Amino acid sequence: MSVPPPGPPAASDQPAASGPGGGAATVPLRVTESPARSAGPSDPTGSSDPTGSSDPTGSSGPDGGPARPAWHPAVLFTRARLRQLGVLLLVGVLAAIVTGPTGNSDKPLQAAKDSIIDVRIVLYLGLAVALWVVLVLGAELRGALERVSAPVRAPIGAAYGRRGAPIVLNLVLLAIAIVAPMVVSTAAQQSMVNDIGIYALLALGLNVVVGYAGLLDLGYIAFFAIGAYATAYFSSQTAMPWHAPFTLNPFFVFPIALVLAALAGVILGAPTLRLRGDYLAIVTLGFGEIIHLVANNADNVTNGARGAFGVPHLSIDLLGIDYKWGIDPLPYYYLLIVIIVGVMIAFGRLERSRIGRSWAAIREDEIAAEATGVATLRMKLLAFAIGASVSGFAGVLFASKQFFNPQSFSLQASFFVVAVVIFGGMGSRLGVVVGAVVLQGLAFYLRDKVPPADRYIYFGAVIVIMMIFRPQGLVPSRRRRREIQLAEEGIGAADSLGVAPTGGQQ
Amino acid sequence: MSRAGAHRSGVPVARRPRADETAPGELVVEARDLALRFGGVTSLDGVSLRQRRGEILAVIGPNGAGKTSLFNCLTGAYRPQQGSVTFWPEQDRPTELVGRRPHAITRLGVARTFQNIRLFPALSALENVQIGTEVRQRYGPVGAILGLPHARRAERDGVRQALSLLDLVGLSHRTHELAASLPYGEQRRLEIARALGTGPSLLLLDEPAAGTNPAEKRDLAGLITRIAGTGVSVLLIEHDMRLVMSVATSVVVLNFGRVIAHGTPGEVQRDPAVIEAYLGVADDTGGDAGGADVQAGPGAATRKDVR
Ligand SMILES: Nc1ncnc2c1ncn2[C@@H]1O[C@H](COP(=O)(O)OP(=O)(O)OP(=O)(O)O)[C@@H](O)[C@H]1O
Ligand SMILES: [Mg+2]
Repeated sequence: MSVPPPGPPAASDQPAASGPGGGAATVPLRVTESPARSAGPSDPTGSSDPTGSSDPTGSSGPDGGPARPAWHPAVLFTRARLRQLGVLLLVGVLAAIVTGPTGNSDKPLQAAKDSIIDVRIVLYLGLAVALWVVLVLGAELRGALERVSAPVRAPIGAAYGRRGAPIVLNLVLLAIAIVAPMVVSTAAQQSMVNDIGIYALLALGLNVVVGYAGLLDLGYIAFFAIGAYATAYFSSQTAMPWHAPFTLNPFFVFPIALVLAALAGVILGAPTLRLRGDYLAIVTLGFGEIIHLVANNADNVTNGARGAFGVPHLSIDLLGIDYKWGIDPLPYYYLLIVIIVGVMIAFGRLERSRIGRSWAAIREDEIAAEATGVATLRMKLLAFAIGASVSGFAGVLFASKQFFNPQSFSLQASFFVVAVVIFGGMGSRLGVVVGAVVLQGLAFYLRDKVPPADRYIYFGAVIVIMMIFRPQGLVPSRRRRREIQLAEEGIGAADSLGVAPTGGQQ
Repeated sequence: MSRAGAHRSGVPVARRPRADETAPGELVVEARDLALRFGGVTSLDGVSLRQRRGEILAVIGPNGAGKTSLFNCLTGAYRPQQGSVTFWPEQDRPTELVGRRPHAITRLGVARTFQNIRLFPALSALENVQIGTEVRQRYGPVGAILGLPHARRAERDGVRQALSLLDLVGLSHRTHELAASLPYGEQRRLEIARALGTGPSLLLLDEPAAGTNPAEKRDLAGLITRIAGTGVSVLLIEHDMRLVMSVATSVVVLNFGRVIAHGTPGEVQRDPAVIEAYLGVADDTGGDAGGADVQAGPGAATRKDVR
């Protein structure tokens, strides 16, 4: 909460960050707002819409730009469009260089020169131009459609369905996911489990924290590590020097890891969730690093950098069902699909419940949420715990699937999950899963094509391009899209009041 | 609290004693000697105030008098350096409010609106009110995920209450529209509906008529009277004296963080100290004569906006 601390706030106490609806916090606001607001009563016509200047249903074009009267070829050459083309061409050149011959230290520029005079560059530049044309035409087409249907088109605030993507689309995607592994190599199957599946699950969990509650957690992978090491501890006598006095089937470790991770989330969250967004990010970052370093250095507890080896595979022997997961990735893959679909459904319900609405309220205006009776701290803690437990759960799957070492829990992994969530679309369950597929798919595709160290250049490029053209993510959630739209129009979003939201500011 | 929860539906319920049936003198809130300072700025300087249950008490005063600060102290948004606030929940023992977190105060039965509307802009009107009606619900994540019967029932109740509140404030036709897309006057009413959703016994309205047109002001007066008629005590900050005169049972006048007058609307309007205060401010701001403010007129309502 950004409520001022008890006791006399010092004059230097940044009052602007602490005034709920009154006092100094509103003084600068009044200056900017008064023309719009005072328009109401002084308006002789008695217009009932004094928000005028920021009317979201107004006549501005779909991109917030001025409405264009009719289509004209000149729109292809507006500044924005040309800038877009420039960026794409630059990316093309960059792509040509990184995919070109690798250089050596004697002639550092030779490789760059080689790749620029190569035919490859023509290809990439051509691709860039083609992409630009597609983007421009797409935007124009959409604009034209919207102009045609403008009179009947419902305003932004009009009724909207409560469900996300239509069910048919979800089923088609599910069918594709089920069939996909049958037509790819075993290596790809492995990657679909270890990378895509696990990361989709992780992203779904982090999505609760980042997408729903609006908190930036940069140490998310730590809970994954807790799940993985808990599995090694409870289900094997040999994987780590430190082990339980008894051995459990990894299946029974699921609930344990879930609770442990949630507990860790609460212990980390309780003191830190009071912090403002950026501080929370730093604290969680530190937590992630601590767990990683402990795992890496506590040789006689976790086996250190050598990692835990020999965690048994999952097996089930219950109610007449007797099945053992083995080295074949497919059974794990289908198990993951079941879990991911289950988690998506569960979180969909959660989002549409009072809990999801409370999170939305906190994200949009924390002070108003408090005043409406939302126990903001507790709801944030809940989001944190739920996200952490999914991470811990994924850790169990991960550990029982394969050998692991602390590298899997590095800072990079944490950032990667955050990237997946942002890339896929914060707050969108389908989005983050698609994000995991695309980013991890890209990683797999690049695996033999480029040196491992270069891989992040591509990730960087893809994410930067994404943020330029589609900041709301690949498959944005409706709520989030509306929030971004409104924020661009200067409406709402707690921060427009000059009050720093406690939540993340992604 | 759960005891009260059943009929604290947020929907004004007929079973509540009407204002005139309650024993006179039964207090709903009492603030004693509140002082709030921001560095060198003193926004409240020993403010005391009592409100009887069912009463509509108006707080008026020039800009910067400390009206909003008073609200912020009552609702836990600010913590005064000095003084105390006692609140009598409907069937509970009196409670000290200073030092409690805002959401806890709201759950006790004190709801508020904001001078600068603070809705959840990207949520629908219905969802905005639902967040209010759901604050007393108990079901947790497991109930929500598994769709357990009690969770579904609570969810349905929340929607039903929210719908009837939207109806009460005349926004039924906006149910599924985004809060941000509503006209200003309707946003104000939506905020009132959201506050009522929490089932308050004391409702704090911070300049509900600011930025609304004369017709909306008349509707608003009717709405406030209706709300008070259901047994909810209303504490109202308002610059529009015509509105204050038409709804308030009594008036407290603040100036420079002090109470300078207290009485019926008529008494207060004739009070020399009050006239003086308004004239003084009018000189400061170079606006039209302060008397105009006391005598009302829609323009007066937004003087603070011009500042
Ligand atoms: N967070 C804060 N930091 C510093 N000063 C504040 C803060 N909140 C209020 N004040 C000061 O306290 C005084 C009273 O402010 P307040 O907002 O309560 O007045 P008000 O009576 O509501 O005025 P208005 O009619 O303009 O809304 C003002 O001088 C204001 O600048
Ligand atoms: Mg005020």
